[in-house]
Amino acid sequence: MPPMGRRLPNDPDAKMDVGSLIKLLRFVKPFIVPIIIIVLCSLLSTIPSIIGPSKISELMNIITAGVKNVEGVDMNAFMKVCIYLLSIYVIGALITYLQQWVSVDTSQGIGKLLRTTLNDKITKLPLKYFDSNTKGDIISRFTNDVDTISQTLSSTIATLLRSIVIFVGVIVMMFSVNVTLSLISIACSLVGFIMMFTLSKKARKYFYKRQTNLGEINGHIEEVFTNHHVVKSFNGEDEAIDIFNKKNEELYNNSLKANLIMGVSRPFMAFSGNLAYAAIFIIGVSMILSGSNNMNYGTIISFTMYARLFSQPLGNFAQSMTSILQASAAGKRVFEVLEESEMEEENNKQIVIDNCKGDVSFKDVRFGYSEDKEIIHGFTGSFKAGQKVAIVGPTGAGKTTIVNLLMRFYEINSGSISIDGKNIQDMKRENVRDLFDMILQDTWLFEGTIRENLVYNQENVSDEKLNEVCKAVGLRHFIKSLPKGYDTLLDDSLALSEGQKQQLTIARAMIKNSPLLILDEATSSVDTRTELIIQKAMDELTKGRTSFIIAHRLSTIKNADIIMVLNNGDIIETGNHEELLEKKGFYAELYNSQFEVVA
Amino acid sequence: MKIFKNLTRRDVIFIFLMIITILSDVYFELKMPEFTSKLATSVQSGTAIMQEVLDNGLKMLGCALCSTLSSVLTFIFVSFISNNFEKNLRSKVFNKVVNYSDTEINKFSVASLITRTTNDIAMTNMLLGMGLQLLVKAPVMAVSAILKISNADIKWTYATISVVAVIVLTIIITALIAMPRFNIIQKLTDKLNNITRENISGVRVIRAFNAQNYQRNKFEKNNDDIYKNHVFTGKVTGLIMPVMTIGINGLTLAIYFIGAMIINSYTGTNMILERAATIGNMTAFTSYVMQVIMSFMLLSATFLFMPRVAVSIKRINEVLDQDISLNSGDLKENGVKGEIEFKDVDFSYNAKENDVLNDISFKANKGETIAIIGATGSGKTSLVNLIPRFYDVNKGKVLVDGIDVRDYDLVSLRDKISFAFQKAALFKGSVIDNITYGSEDVDVDRVNKALDIAKVDFIDDLNFEIAQGATNLSGGQKQRLSIARALYKQSEILIFDDTFSALDYKTDMLVRKGIKENFEDTTVIIVAQRIGTIKNADKIIVLDEGRIVGIGKHEELLKDCAVYKEIALSQLNKEEL
Repeated sequence: MPPMGRRLPNDPDAKMDVGSLIKLLRFVKPFIVPIIIIVLCSLLSTIPSIIGPSKISELMNIITAGVKNVEGVDMNAFMKVCIYLLSIYVIGALITYLQQWVSVDTSQGIGKLLRTTLNDKITKLPLKYFDSNTKGDIISRFTNDVDTISQTLSSTIATLLRSIVIFVGVIVMMFSVNVTLSLISIACSLVGFIMMFTLSKKARKYFYKRQTNLGEINGHIEEVFTNHHVVKSFNGEDEAIDIFNKKNEELYNNSLKANLIMGVSRPFMAFSGNLAYAAIFIIGVSMILSGSNNMNYGTIISFTMYARLFSQPLGNFAQSMTSILQASAAGKRVFEVLEESEMEEENNKQIVIDNCKGDVSFKDVRFGYSEDKEIIHGFTGSFKAGQKVAIVGPTGAGKTTIVNLLMRFYEINSGSISIDGKNIQDMKRENVRDLFDMILQDTWLFEGTIRENLVYNQENVSDEKLNEVCKAVGLRHFIKSLPKGYDTLLDDSLALSEGQKQQLTIARAMIKNSPLLILDEATSSVDTRTELIIQKAMDELTKGRTSFIIAHRLSTIKNADIIMVLNNGDIIETGNHEELLEKKGFYAELYNSQFEVVA
Repeated sequence: MKIFKNLTRRDVIFIFLMIITILSDVYFELKMPEFTSKLATSVQSGTAIMQEVLDNGLKMLGCALCSTLSSVLTFIFVSFISNNFEKNLRSKVFNKVVNYSDTEINKFSVASLITRTTNDIAMTNMLLGMGLQLLVKAPVMAVSAILKISNADIKWTYATISVVAVIVLTIIITALIAMPRFNIIQKLTDKLNNITRENISGVRVIRAFNAQNYQRNKFEKNNDDIYKNHVFTGKVTGLIMPVMTIGINGLTLAIYFIGAMIINSYTGTNMILERAATIGNMTAFTSYVMQVIMSFMLLSATFLFMPRVAVSIKRINEVLDQDISLNSGDLKENGVKGEIEFKDVDFSYNAKENDVLNDISFKANKGETIAIIGATGSGKTSLVNLIPRFYDVNKGKVLVDGIDVRDYDLVSLRDKISFAFQKAALFKGSVIDNITYGSEDVDVDRVNKALDIAKVDFIDDLNFEIAQGATNLSGGQKQRLSIARALYKQSEILIFDDTFSALDYKTDMLVRKGIKENFEDTTVIIVAQRIGTIKNADKIIVLDEGRIVGIGKHEELLKDCAVYKEIALSQLNKEEL
């Protein structure tokens, strides 16, 4: 039993996106051979369904012929047909399984390829992309959309073709035997189908509403449970329950309506089958009684089988259309990612900096995250090797932007940034980034051992080195206390404090040991005493290294060589702590706010 | 199974009605082949007359109609039962969790409570929506169909039993082989999500470390595992369909073969009548056999599905059965004062763990500003969480306005306290809804005033929609809105749990200034990291490893308290102090 697929019902007003379908088909080109095999198999596997009933009818006639015959049933003739039927059943089943086998390989292969392609694409996208798209949305494209495509694509094509063949085949077989019974069977099936189709279209509207309600109510539950302290301290329980009840009632109503409509439509579909069954018997038998010579009991039996077969492709057509609609919508979302413009290729860039000294200079740098809104307006400044540069200013002043540009996370609009006199624009991105250690406020650790997190992508890191660094950031004792030491798995069960996480990321940067250093609010979640310990270690390491430090806790940056005060993307003051205090400008005001007596 | 206690009286009545409609559905569905059988017999024996054909045909249609109506009614009852049950159960669980204290919430974890209230409940709905009906119908159908064919020839029955056995065994065996893999796939998919989340949230770090290939290898290994497991399960479960078709078709052939043998065995004088009857029986038998096979297939599917539902039910019951450790007192006192006193308080989150707070005693008078400072993990947040009674103390007493917090009615206790949290949490909805959260009255002037004091200068429209998780606001913006929310409440006690660290020095100062000027009579408790934020407090409490190591004014502490001095010196130099 496959896992309960919880595929979202389609928006009832969704339109087919042909463009995405064509792109999808182009994407699955490497799978053309298995797809052809699947199609062939699914066509071949219809043979037992189409000719089976007519052979059964033959069989039945052989039996009924034996009723009045003293010899009884002609067992030789019977066995002949029987073995013939049995062999096409077995061959049919083998072909069905072969199709299943190839289908699974193909659809999962397509899924895997899509995921790989998407993942590779992610590494080539500029950071801008991640600023404007939410994590949840990108992840759902990786999982839900890819699953939808891989599950529907190959199976839908096969089902659709199979349905067409059965549809045509059954009509041909039926009409070649008896026109009257054919018309009756088709009419009955159509009545049931039309009814089912109109009802389920109506139901889909409610299923869609139900899904929306469910999303809302789950969102509310999540919010209330996650923020339970706020709810409690503001006595918001009653309000939370009121909102919940309202949403719950709405969900109930739509869900009930959807279920009721589906509940009516399913039995009626079955009724139309029974109607066909009864009609075929009544009319068939009365035809036999009236002495019609092209009617016999075997034909009646075969028609009851054809009638059942006939309603199958009709249902499948509707289902396939829905599937294709879903695949096209999912395909659209996947290709949206794949077609995003990538960062520029840099294979021809040859400049590398060996033995970096660490002179950094910005010349008239202009930049904006979107084209119409410039954030950095002609930033100029040069910093000598070994200087400790602090960047301060209110939120939105452009502090993080400056270091982002320095690491080439974004490309500047004009001007230049150079390291040791070499324009970083002329270097490969990875060569620029190799020059930097960077520590951010958001501690980023992944599920893996402490060692994997610390050694991250570096080679030949000895345990001595690890010990040394961990001691420097004040983690040695903590890691020693863990039963598995460096091989302890970092997951939810190991509740690290924000400060400890920060210490780990600092240790990781120290191990990378690059000539330039960026600290973007790196120590703001650590208390000031621990910060002092870390800073001592950092100072040891930053000796002779150019470092850029962003912090709004001014105590962190007081001893910097140069403090740049940024406001609205412009440097409004520079100097060291004492100079800036004497200036009695923006920095002095900011700094002295902490001494102001609030009374 | 005590979860079914949650069924209402109407649900139970509907269940009985549903059983009746299912019985009638089965009765009529199984009645039909009798008429085909009669028709077939009379046609074969050559005794049929038109009247009889029409008679039987109409009866057949009548049965079809009755069975359809019964099954429509069944679906209607099932819809009412399952949706009503889901609604009530969801509401019960939600209400229960809303009344949980922190102790219970921590025991389950927020994430687990969310899945229990959403996914697990959806699972039980499936049990009732499809399972209940199948659990009644499939056995009834199987038994009645078997009874119908039991007086037919035993050889037919043998053939049927062996085919049913093969099909059911195939379903069960493939499911047993594939089932564990489905769990693995679920875990791998979670892991894939995690890696992708990692790749996106860590995009700067990954690029800074040039670790794209490292991440790629991790992703590809997982991707390959998912692929292999999917392929394996697909190939195993793919066996069911072909086995089923061969089984059903083969059984039809076997029935015909046996039928032919039986026909040949009649040679006496009543030969034609007996043989014709056999054909009739055979036609009916084929119909019944299909019903038997379908019933058994549905039953085995239901039984495979049951363990999952059972797990969900267990998880829901755990939530409903959990005793709430913290009971509201009944004192509804509204006299506004604002006194807080801790008397010899010891506290730990868990009886087995070491105390987080030890021997805490202090008093805050009406209108005073009390600051709490200390290293991360020193117990600052735990201390302030005891005031609105998020937790109960292990030893000692917390008094508000001279009365033990455990004696208060929780609502009236929390009415006395405004809280702004370390992690600013806002709700989906408009700014004004968020600011007036929990209050019955909406006073726009007071909202504007609160926004003004909290320096919320980035909102032009009070109806601005805040997204779920407030993703459309920055950290500092969220924090200022959460301060404004606490200010709007106008309680006698205001608590700021490290709320100011996200603000720059100047905004920090301006907000505190506004509070001082506008909330003169309010007792204010500030947890903070920065000396500047707390310097002017009437009383500063210095916490270290859960104990008070200093209490007094800034100047006094600088002289007497080593820990405080150390913290202060880490931020300011001697002259500045």
